[in-house]
Amino acid sequence: MIWPVAFAELRPIFDWLYDMVSSTGLPEPWLSVVIYTGLGAMMFGVLAVLALYLVWWERKISAHIQQRFGPMRHGWHGWYQTIMDAIKLLQKEHVDVATRDKFVFFWAPVMCFVAAFLAYVTIPFGEGLIVADLNIGVLYIMAVTTFTIISLLMAGWGSNNKYALLGGMRSAAQVVSYEVPMVASILVVVVFAGSLSMVDIVRAQDGMFYNWFIFRLPFGPIAFLTYIVAATAEANRTPFDIPEAEQELVAGFNIEYSGMKFAMFFLAEFVNMFTVSAIAVTLFLGGWNGVFLPSWFWFLLKTFAVVLLLMLFRWTYPRLRVDQLMEFAWKFLVPLTFANLILGAWMKYAGWYW
Amino acid sequence: MPDLRTEEFVVNMGPHHPSTHGVCRLILTMDGEKVLKIVPVVGYLHRSLEKICENRTYPQCIPILDRFEYVTAMSCNYVFSLAAERLAEIEVPERAEYLRVIMLELNRIASHLIFYGVTAMDIGALTPFLYGLREREMIMDLFEMTCGQRLTFNYIRIGGVAKDIPAEFIPYCRKTVSVIREKLNDYEGLLNENPIWLVRNKNIGVLPPDVGIAYGVSGPSLRASGVDYDLRRDDPYSIYDRFDWKVATRSNGDCYDRYLVRLDEIKQSVRIIEQALDGLPEGPVKAKVSPNFKPPEGETYARVENSRGELGVYIQSDGTKKPYRVKTRGGSFNQLQVLPVIGTGGLIADLVAIFASLDIILPEVDR
Repeated sequence: MIWPVAFAELRPIFDWLYDMVSSTGLPEPWLSVVIYTGLGAMMFGVLAVLALYLVWWERKISAHIQQRFGPMRHGWHGWYQTIMDAIKLLQKEHVDVATRDKFVFFWAPVMCFVAAFLAYVTIPFGEGLIVADLNIGVLYIMAVTTFTIISLLMAGWGSNNKYALLGGMRSAAQVVSYEVPMVASILVVVVFAGSLSMVDIVRAQDGMFYNWFIFRLPFGPIAFLTYIVAATAEANRTPFDIPEAEQELVAGFNIEYSGMKFAMFFLAEFVNMFTVSAIAVTLFLGGWNGVFLPSWFWFLLKTFAVVLLLMLFRWTYPRLRVDQLMEFAWKFLVPLTFANLILGAWMKYAGWYW
Repeated sequence: MPDLRTEEFVVNMGPHHPSTHGVCRLILTMDGEKVLKIVPVVGYLHRSLEKICENRTYPQCIPILDRFEYVTAMSCNYVFSLAAERLAEIEVPERAEYLRVIMLELNRIASHLIFYGVTAMDIGALTPFLYGLREREMIMDLFEMTCGQRLTFNYIRIGGVAKDIPAEFIPYCRKTVSVIREKLNDYEGLLNENPIWLVRNKNIGVLPPDVGIAYGVSGPSLRASGVDYDLRRDDPYSIYDRFDWKVATRSNGDCYDRYLVRLDEIKQSVRIIEQALDGLPEGPVKAKVSPNFKPPEGETYARVENSRGELGVYIQSDGTKKPYRVKTRGGSFNQLQVLPVIGTGGLIADLVAIFASLDIILPEVDR
């Protein structure tokens, strides 16, 4: 049996699928390959649809903030508008710049898209609902989410466009800078949970809501806030959306992309937003912990709440300038998160916590 | 480690660029993010309006000049009518003067509301744009019910206005100005104290008053530098001297002050409109002007304060029904001239903020 973990609520379905695959009589290594591929495809499908719906959601939220209706034509309140958009983008012609770097230009959106999905291997969607509970889960997530910037740099370089290059360079500088406070604020949680495994971190927050790391005073709220700020920058969203600042760089790194290649960047951005929210929920908001309702429901509820917060940022705040962004990261966030980390570590050592 | 070789590169910002407010092209020499040199290239929107006017009769020039500065087309109507009236020494009826003031100030508010939204959008806040346009929409409704047009009005004519306002105008106008006065609090609450807005605008693109005057900058952009100069008060035209209002000034001359001055001007315009509505007399709205309007030989220059500074029209008449020469002067042209002076040395993001805060629109630059 190769299941790494138990799928509590969805067990019967997975068992049925497993039986179906294993009844074909495949020998063992191939059986694992088939099952993991199927699992990956399932995850991919769910997240792609989720990203489409986040796009729709963002459009509705921005519309209501701005006293508009947003999409209204396709179905109830335009619920399949983004699906139609995706179909349209699939049909569109790919316009490639003649002077592009072919290899880099082609692989940048693919890489961006794949990198966005890799993090979901270790995100616990519910009790036991995780693809692989790696014992270095947090480290793994930090590693693969940073992958995105390589793709943005590739897009900026490969397009052979000055605006795109500026956008790519900006995003590289930004993500590298904000990675530091992000990791430092996550480390506080790791110190307290005593584990890098995502499941162990959620288990450390069992019980009532005051056990969540965000409510562990005084370091918890600070770590959460610094994480959210860094995560907003990591997901390239306003007020830190300088890589694609449309008023300065027209569209930044994706200026030369069209059709589905553009859509891959676009969807990856929304998947990334969901990723950082899911990590925030797992690390600070108790993950799947909650009462009465199923664990995956609680997880999704909390994640959508954090996503909503990020969306409200976007439609309320102006954009920072690139040097102010760097100053904010290095002169304010980094010292703050490291001081917080030291404080947390000291409290853990002294035993002043519950 | 060998020295890294760096080089400057040239970026064409525009003519198709989201934040050049039309079709302005700026040739930027950049060192990474830093702007080393700015060369504005104008003329993409040149429609040769001045030359066209030479082949039109005087009343026919007014709709042409609507296109000169279409964000505040009322001022363009007005300034040409003013020049023609000065040439021919036409007395304008009282009611027409009041209606002109109401329309001019409404149009000024509409223009500043666009400024508010577009500036916020250039700095990255997308929501204020919709808020600004929402209130502008009420003003557009007022114009529509008056003259049937929403952008290029052809309403203010030589000798008065085209026609009287409809009965529902006055209550709707009162409602509009009270809504704007109320919503201004929302606007200010959304941006004025926002820390990101402050760091993006404070001490950015400081325009010293002497530089501003040397380059011919006028209007709110100059008043933000502390120059207390407003043509409505200093070169009085129409009936502005009858109303109680103040010239809005600020002292720092940075992007933030230019933004604040325009918000203050909206408040003053609201005051003027309310007083004008209270004092609106009955009577005719147009002096008798022949369709074959022929001013005597001579020349004149009329100037008014519009939302972007001094808007002037110079007319040379040879006594026929067509002007011999028409020359226009718009505030945006001078503000675009001063852009390289105050924008060089900053980052590209600052340049966008400065461009927005100077409130440059391209039809006025290119004519």
